[in-house]
Amino acid sequence: MRQTWRPDLEDISHLKHTPLNALHLSLGARMVPFAGYDMPVQYPEGVLKEHLHTRAAAGLFDVSHMGQIVVRPKSGRIEDAARALEKLVPVDVLGLAEGRQRYGLFTNDEGGILDDLMITNRGDHLFLVVNAACKGADFEHLKKGLGDSCEVTMLDDRALVALQGPRAETVLCELWADVASMRFMDVAEADLHDVSCIISRSGYTGEDGFEISIPVQSAADVTQRLLEHPDVMPIGLGARDSLRLEAGLCLYGNDIDTDTTPVEAALEWAIQKSRRSGGDRAGGFPGAERILSEFASGAARRRVGLKPEGRAPVRGGAKIFADAEGKMPVGTVTSGGFGPSVDGPVAMGYVDAAQAGNGTKLYAEVRGKYLPLTVTAMPFVKQTYKR
Amino acid sequence: MLKFTEEHEWLKIEGDVATVGITEHAAGQLGDLVFVELPEAGASFAKGDSAATVESVKAASDVYCPLDGEIVEVNQAIVDDPSLVNSDPQGAAWFFKLKLADPSAVNALLDEAAYKELVA
Repeated sequence: MRQTWRPDLEDISHLKHTPLNALHLSLGARMVPFAGYDMPVQYPEGVLKEHLHTRAAAGLFDVSHMGQIVVRPKSGRIEDAARALEKLVPVDVLGLAEGRQRYGLFTNDEGGILDDLMITNRGDHLFLVVNAACKGADFEHLKKGLGDSCEVTMLDDRALVALQGPRAETVLCELWADVASMRFMDVAEADLHDVSCIISRSGYTGEDGFEISIPVQSAADVTQRLLEHPDVMPIGLGARDSLRLEAGLCLYGNDIDTDTTPVEAALEWAIQKSRRSGGDRAGGFPGAERILSEFASGAARRRVGLKPEGRAPVRGGAKIFADAEGKMPVGTVTSGGFGPSVDGPVAMGYVDAAQAGNGTKLYAEVRGKYLPLTVTAMPFVKQTYKR
Repeated sequence: MLKFTEEHEWLKIEGDVATVGITEHAAGQLGDLVFVELPEAGASFAKGDSAATVESVKAASDVYCPLDGEIVEVNQAIVDDPSLVNSDPQGAAWFFKLKLADPSAVNALLDEAAYKELVA
């Protein structure tokens, strides 16, 4: 057998640890290197059970490797921070109400995506959550872009966990009853076991759920107590990936990167009307010319959902063709695997705009064979956000 | 006679036919299997050729042909239910039967004690 499953062969001595590292080890996690961190890929129950448990009850994820950044306006006026950030993201930040969160993108001058992130209005400052692999670059990008008007601070003293699934609300309600009144993308501060936490009703699994920012010194304790609930199971990166894939959500570095634009990536919904042509604050972000022209005339290629016909998973990197002989290349799979809730293979990738319509039959090359797949609307599972 | 490879296949030798599967250790490392692709009966492989593929939720892995030979039978049961490889890897979840081109070549493979030492 090819030994793709032996991460122990890699040098892991340089890896960073999250505040929950010892907890993962005590739970019997299998650890792998991910974005410079030693992270749990799965626990003893295995990826399949972890995935299905998250969809049926509640899964707890350590996402402390992600970057938590505070952007504080020097003037004290949140509008100044919002206007400054709007120079880096094609997102309506000014219109983001206090206690609300929004998905956003850092773009570059060519319209490519530098990272995707979450942006929260916390009243007197903006709170950002960015990807682990990009957080250093994002921090520099923010300091350079809005250092004149804002203090930009990376929070190294907070852990971040995600509690996801249909039982997440019930579980968290036992610690803080008001959580039930939060709606999708609301953010609030609350004490959990006497520890002041920042809680957002969001996540990246397609399920209802919460992300909880916890001071480092209390992180293991609060997480341990959440895990003591019978509905909660620890979930590793393996299931996190299959959950987000079924939910049709992009993984930065796989499905979006500096070579993909928001329109190519089918992320137009992340660019509100105010920032589009004809809006109050149209443009003014890096790559606006290209991105807004793609809004008008479409992009040459498009990210789509792909449902393979058989049982064989079609993985990221597989070439996509319009014909079963591999003569007419039309794109590439960027993420693909087995969807435990779908009980079959699921994938997403980029195809030429002409092939991007739902129902289009295409073929992916897997081990020299051309497997039929169909362009399919995402998500592959029903979203259960509490809007 | 039971033999093993360093690539985590096991072989049960009966005359000039070897029944081949992946070891319990390998199945445990791979995690939940969701797809198995087997060779066709009648196909010939050289030692080290990729003869089958197993896929977990996350990744695909090749299963190599442990010795030169011809596939004489494959186990459809693991294609129909890949989880059998996780539950009974060294029993019901054999992959294929291989008619050995040179039965004496088995002597070069690991015995059970040597394999256990390898994965210890």
